[in-house]
Amino acid sequence: MDGMGKRGRGAVRRVLGAMGVGLLGLMLSWTAARAQSGRGGTLRIGMTAADIAYTAGQPDQGFEGFRFVGFPLYDALVRWDLSQGERLPDIVPGLAESWEVDPADVQRWLFKLRRGVKFHDGSDFNADAVIWNWDKIRNKDAPQYDVKQAGEIAFRIAVIKSYRKLDDYTVEFTTTRPSSFVPFQVVYVLYSSPAHWEKVGRNWQAFATNPSGTGPFKLTRLVPRERAEYEANMEYWDKNRVPKADKVILLPMPEVTTRLAALRTGQVDWIEVPPPDAIPTLRQAGFQIFLRSYPHVWPYSLNLKAAPWDNKLVRQAANYAIDREGLCKSLLNDTCTPATGIVYPGHPWFGHPKQTYSYDLKKAKDLMKQAGYDGKRVRTSFLISTSGSGQMLPLPMNEYVQENLREIGIDVDLLPIEWNTLTVWGRKGFVEEHAQTGALNISYNFVEPFSAFVRFFHSASVPPRSVNITGYINPEADRLIEAAEASFEAQVRDDTLGKLHEQLIDDAPWIFVVHDLNPRAMSPKVKGFVPPQSWFVDLSLPWVEK
Amino acid sequence: MWSYIVRRLLLGIPTLLGVTIIIFGLLHLAPGDPINAMLPPDAPQEVVQMIREQMGFNKPLPVQYWRWLKRVAVGDFGNSIATRRPVLSDLREALGNTFMLAISAACLGFTLGVGLGTTAAFAQGGWLDKVASATAIAGVSLPHYWVAILLIIIFSVELNWLPAMGIRSTSGATSAWDLAQHMILPTVALSLIPMGVIMRMTRSSVLEILSQEFVMTLRAKGLWSRTITRHVVKNAAPPVLTLMGLQFGYLLGGSVLVETVFSWPGSGFLLNLSIFQRDVPVLQGVILVLAAFFVILNLCVDILHSVIDPRIRRT
Repeated sequence: MDGMGKRGRGAVRRVLGAMGVGLLGLMLSWTAARAQSGRGGTLRIGMTAADIAYTAGQPDQGFEGFRFVGFPLYDALVRWDLSQGERLPDIVPGLAESWEVDPADVQRWLFKLRRGVKFHDGSDFNADAVIWNWDKIRNKDAPQYDVKQAGEIAFRIAVIKSYRKLDDYTVEFTTTRPSSFVPFQVVYVLYSSPAHWEKVGRNWQAFATNPSGTGPFKLTRLVPRERAEYEANMEYWDKNRVPKADKVILLPMPEVTTRLAALRTGQVDWIEVPPPDAIPTLRQAGFQIFLRSYPHVWPYSLNLKAAPWDNKLVRQAANYAIDREGLCKSLLNDTCTPATGIVYPGHPWFGHPKQTYSYDLKKAKDLMKQAGYDGKRVRTSFLISTSGSGQMLPLPMNEYVQENLREIGIDVDLLPIEWNTLTVWGRKGFVEEHAQTGALNISYNFVEPFSAFVRFFHSASVPPRSVNITGYINPEADRLIEAAEASFEAQVRDDTLGKLHEQLIDDAPWIFVVHDLNPRAMSPKVKGFVPPQSWFVDLSLPWVEK
Repeated sequence: MWSYIVRRLLLGIPTLLGVTIIIFGLLHLAPGDPINAMLPPDAPQEVVQMIREQMGFNKPLPVQYWRWLKRVAVGDFGNSIATRRPVLSDLREALGNTFMLAISAACLGFTLGVGLGTTAAFAQGGWLDKVASATAIAGVSLPHYWVAILLIIIFSVELNWLPAMGIRSTSGATSAWDLAQHMILPTVALSLIPMGVIMRMTRSSVLEILSQEFVMTLRAKGLWSRTITRHVVKNAAPPVLTLMGLQFGYLLGGSVLVETVFSWPGSGFLLNLSIFQRDVPVLQGVILVLAAFFVILNLCVDILHSVIDPRIRRT
């Protein structure tokens, strides 16, 4: 019995082990399935903004407005697929079922619209609604033209030359030049209900308080500076994206300690940007912390017309002198990753840059020597903000970089100014009293090729047309941008942008510092949230366990 | 008395006009651009120009001022640049919320201030005086936003007794009890400064009266201490009342930090937001209304003086 027992016990153990593993697997998959299939509850979000963005269609407050107001209430012809976080979001069909560029004329795009879509007020979405909405932002003579909405979106759709209805469910767009970036631009054009605008007395202000889009959520209550309440649009045209939460409440909380306290006391279920030093204790207390790479970069835009930044070797030296790992670890509690370029490694546009910009003081000092600064100290100044959207912790971060640069003989005077004033210079560039200022510290997003490259590095984007404030003019970069735009095959376009990125890293018109990881903290009751590699989120996915 | 009130109200008009000129000048001298704050950095110049024209920012400053003044005179404060909502409706809502907070903070702060000040004066040099004075100094010296954060940590995060932020529950409840719960912490944080200031003024004022001969006479006549206290407090009241009026004005306009910490959607929060957005119409509206409150409050205090102390004649 004993002899058989040893082998038998082994077999029993194996069977029991296998059953245990199977059971555990079943439990895990049941939990995962429940997280996916559950629904209900009220999701309360503590936002960083101090007010709710404009709700009439095209939101204000930049991408923050799109994240919490634009995309939940409205739809575009195409949309970002934010349902996964493993890779960058793709552009997928939205209010258009399909789109194609005319092979015979690559400046002509045809969008086939989805049938059966209704606005929240019950009116139909069709080609007339598309044209009406384009008139809203492009046609100054149209009664529905809204200069505020036009100002928010016009620069993103400058490449669109004309638009017209071909039939009730087909719309044609033409472009000023061959541009494969069109889907990346029309993703920001949101569609408001023409019938509802008539109903509220042709008044955009009245429309904003009682809006009607086609999005997965309907606005039910708006209290300026206090809250916006959404309810799930159960008749949403995309049955896979019918919101799982019954209600979403947005609460403006610009003060970080207030957001943190609100989460800890259960007044909200989700906060944006918890303070980095609170993350370990939040984790310990059972809160969920989400960190994910997304298209964000915290750089210095250098003044290439003034010394010492007119010298490429100095720019490269500065990039080698930054201890990015230390900055992310010691100062920001691992809520960022080192930035050695505009996009991060693994991104399809990263390419294979020659310069790796690891923390290498010896190399940085050698480069300074080659640049003619052997033993000589050089003085420069950085215009920075004390706070601001996407600026992370600007003061300590700037002081950290200041220390790093001192090591290689660059003495930086930090010129802190208020965020709004800094954005004025971010538009004007290095002119007037800042003609000799060395750099400007504003963080940026690089969601699509236009916001990543065109506006900052094409020679046609110098102010006042756009924000190439460094004065970076490189015919090769221009050529690569134009080639990428003219490539209608995604792989070719990505490869070309990769080459452009290699060129930009080598030329170093910026000092690349870190990529933010978009920290979010949520109550354990929040289920089904997916942090995408994007500034935006899909609010239709999460729900709240009761 | 009536002619005095009318004269004071008429005198308030040039004061308010002066305030409007100063606000207008300062706002236009400050760096930053309202249109820039409103639009993305690469918005087309054509659209920027169109909005500038629509808002009247393309006109010379005196013209802009005159147009604004004419509208304000008929009660039209214009629309917010950032949100396009009428300034008046935003103001009404925000001021209502701030009033609730200011009145409760004033009640708490003034009651404690007068109570502690009187007690300290009557117990001059004793331990009660020292404790009351230390409390007053702490109230004036501790930054109220810091106290606000401390209160949140203790009473919301640690003890979970009171909500940490907002004016109502996130569930949207609108009951009076819900509102009262949300008001407790901001009220306490806001009341500290008026409590300290009023306590110190009450103490010194009562001490001054106590040293006067008539008090000695009252004592010599053998009057009850309660009667003497009543005489002393009545005589010490005018300077304290003046200070209360000013402190109430500060509570209305000076709650920016406390309102921001508690996400309380009042005039301080609105002021803070409009500064960052360079929302000139909202800023002008809030400051003008607050200045008007100051003028009216001072008038009310002056009238109250003559009611309490008939020696002060208003003619």
